Amino acid sequence: MGRVEGKVAFITGAARGQGRSHAVRLAQEGADIIAVDICGPIPNLRYPHATPEDLAQTVKEVEALDRRIVAAQADVRDRDTLERVLDDGVAQLGHLDVVVANAGICVMSPWDEVTPEVWQQTLDINLTGAWNTVQLAAPHLIASGGGSIVLTSSAAGLKGLPFLSPYVAAKHGMVGLMRSFAHELAEHNIRVNTVHPTGVDTPMGAGDGGAQMQKWIAEHPKLGGMLVNSLPVEVTQPVDISNAVLFLASDEARYVTALTMTVDAGNTQY
Amino acid sequence: MGRVEGKVAFITGAARGQGRSHAVRLAEEGADIIAVDICGQIDSVPFPMSTPEDLAQTVKEVEALDRRIVAAEADVRDYGALKQALDEGVAQLGRLDIVSANAGICSYGRLEELPEKAWQDTIDVNLTGVWHACKAAIPHLKAGGAGGSIVITSSGAGLMAMENIGHYVSAKHGLIGLMRTLALELAPDSIRVNAICPTTVNTPMIHNEPSYRLFRPDLESPTVDDLTEPLLGLNALPVKWVEPRDISNALLFLASDEARYITGVPLPVDAGCVTK
Repeated sequence: MGRVEGKVAFITGAARGQGRSHAVRLAQEGADIIAVDICGPIPNLRYPHATPEDLAQTVKEVEALDRRIVAAQADVRDRDTLERVLDDGVAQLGHLDVVVANAGICVMSPWDEVTPEVWQQTLDINLTGAWNTVQLAAPHLIASGGGSIVLTSSAAGLKGLPFLSPYVAAKHGMVGLMRSFAHELAEHNIRVNTVHPTGVDTPMGAGDGGAQMQKWIAEHPKLGGMLVNSLPVEVTQPVDISNAVLFLASDEARYVTALTMTVDAGNTQY
Repeated sequence: MGRVEGKVAFITGAARGQGRSHAVRLAEEGADIIAVDICGQIDSVPFPMSTPEDLAQTVKEVEALDRRIVAAEADVRDYGALKQALDEGVAQLGRLDIVSANAGICSYGRLEELPEKAWQDTIDVNLTGVWHACKAAIPHLKAGGAGGSIVITSSGAGLMAMENIGHYVSAKHGLIGLMRTLALELAPDSIRVNAICPTTVNTPMIHNEPSYRLFRPDLESPTVDDLTEPLLGLNALPVKWVEPRDISNALLFLASDEARYITGVPLPVDAGCVTK
């Protein structure tokens, strides 16, 4: 018997990276999946965007586990599409129990180079997109008699990290969003928690972002220590975040709510 | 394959309640157990504490799962005795991977009236006793060379104040500082240190009249039925209390390799009590 056997999970940003890993890990433990991803270009990113082929690969991996998956292209900023896709997924799979608001972008810039466009799109996708996801999904959880919502924040949701100010602001905002929803949805037996990864080995880390960050740190060496993990590991794997999501999604955590769960190798302890 | 297959766990306060539940849950997932408990009374504690029979029951339940268990009576206040029991357990079971520093007591009174003995006993058991358990265990975890996981049982009262248990609140807050410092000091050895912060747990520690009176000071002889409203009022989720197994499931997650990069977390299993 899987640890989330018979549950249905809605995952945003599910085409690759952490989102795909969540879909696969939850499916391994018996869940069916509703997967959405923008699968298309977003301006200003220094790493390649997700593609329809990526989402198809997630579908393939979940189906290989003999679980059902309903996948669709949807931008978390587009409430109408998101709602339609989610409602369609719930109609096909019967109910909804787990929500993983995972879709996000990361654009690195020193504070004086952040453009209004980057600021706005980061807040729109990372914060408003999570609000859209939770607000649209919660009625389905209420109809199921309870559920678990996990928001993917970041170590940058608990402490400032340099050269990421829009990202840090959005990820901190997710903690406030989580705490508010945790209160308001508790009466429906819905739990709401955040996970806070340190660096994860995903396509978000591809491109020249790492090299850029090295250059800025070299120019501002006092800030370098903020990026260091205390455990002797430089980068975590997507499955490490998925294991935390699985725990929070499962009934093992039935009384865990409003938790900021760090999966950060101790990064926020410094 | 169990989630902590082949690991060895050291659990204090293992005779009953949460400690026994931890022993059984970890054994269900493949761990062998080193179990200690005072199995005796501390005078300032106003309810019956554990007995040798309780610890024997834990042994029986772990052995019924075909796992090995080394159990001994030891008081966490007595570093020498605790270390001896642990060293003996590690000698028999071959290694140490997991520590559940769970032993704790409670008594009741406003801080201005609390007897000094009640204060001291609670600090000695709930804070110093946890440090003793960690101190005795760390050399064994390091010797294994594969890291390890220490889980400290704090409380919702480790993150927020509650009236009439100020000594307990102080000790449980202290555990958060202890946990965070150990997390930093032990990280280079891949030893993770986290705390669990439960709300009210359905154990012998709460099912006694002095504990009932904490929640209903207005009643002379409150029964469990008189507690429904104040217990519900404590939590955000609509539950009176959580079960020992809910704490054990969190412990299991933190103890397992699934949480290999999680350290320094005060994990509330509190039905939203702390966030209120």
